[in-house]
Amino acid sequence: MNRFGKIWVRLPETPRRGEILEVRTLIVHPMESGFRLDNRGKPYPRHIVTRFSCTYGELEVFRANLHPAVSRNPYFTFNLLATQSAELIFTWEDDETNQATHRMALELTG
Amino acid sequence: MRQLPRPDRREALRVLGGGAILLVWRPACAAAPELISALRDAFGTTVITEARVSLRLPRLAESGYVVPVTVTVDSPMSATDYVRSIHVFAQDNPQPRVFDAFLGPHNARASVSSRIRLAVSQQVLAVAVMSDGSLWSASAEVEVTVGGCNP
Repeated sequence: MNRFGKIWVRLPETPRRGEILEVRTLIVHPMESGFRLDNRGKPYPRHIVTRFSCTYGELEVFRANLHPAVSRNPYFTFNLLATQSAELIFTWEDDETNQATHRMALELTG
Repeated sequence: MRQLPRPDRREALRVLGGGAILLVWRPACAAAPELISALRDAFGTTVITEARVSLRLPRLAESGYVVPVTVTVDSPMSATDYVRSIHVFAQDNPQPRVFDAFLGPHNARASVSSRIRLAVSQQVLAVAVMSDGSLWSASAEVEVTVGGCNP
């Protein structure tokens, strides 16, 4: 079952060429660890986001492999050197090969 | 600012690392066997030195479900000398691996933040892999009031 929800991506409002941007990302997802028990003591089956990546133009600039110990609604921040105006594509994949994608145009000034 | 290691020292470490199993990372208490095997799976027998990495976590986490973590690595992030990846381990969780982040020179600053689950009070470890293959680490003790294993 695809349980991806809302996506938030935050970048500085007026990014300038040559600036180091802090990229903050969050996606709504239960990150069911597989260790949580229902009231009969049976574990809920594991269902987690396993991979998150960001491409900038043609280049993959960040990738993370997630394990069950990442909190629900996985949040990641990383830095990015603003070299060109290009599209940022954020992709999340879960352990059932579902995908969620967020596209964003990065327009640089200066 | 810490000084970067001289190449001759790095070379010596690499030579030492070849063949024999050498884990020089020594926490205050003995590392859990699961952590040792997770580290061996991830990095083989390469030497891990406790330096150059800063691991920021709260000393006291009221909820183990959502513990903010920031890992920053002291690196020029140039085309030839950069952080290739950052790995976080929680040795007393049911599974010690937390996340692996892959970086490159285009990140300009080697810093990654996330939010993680900690089952019990424990020591968290962050390991950085540099572009030359060398491994560096930092660890931090976190006191957890409510464990984050049954969220």
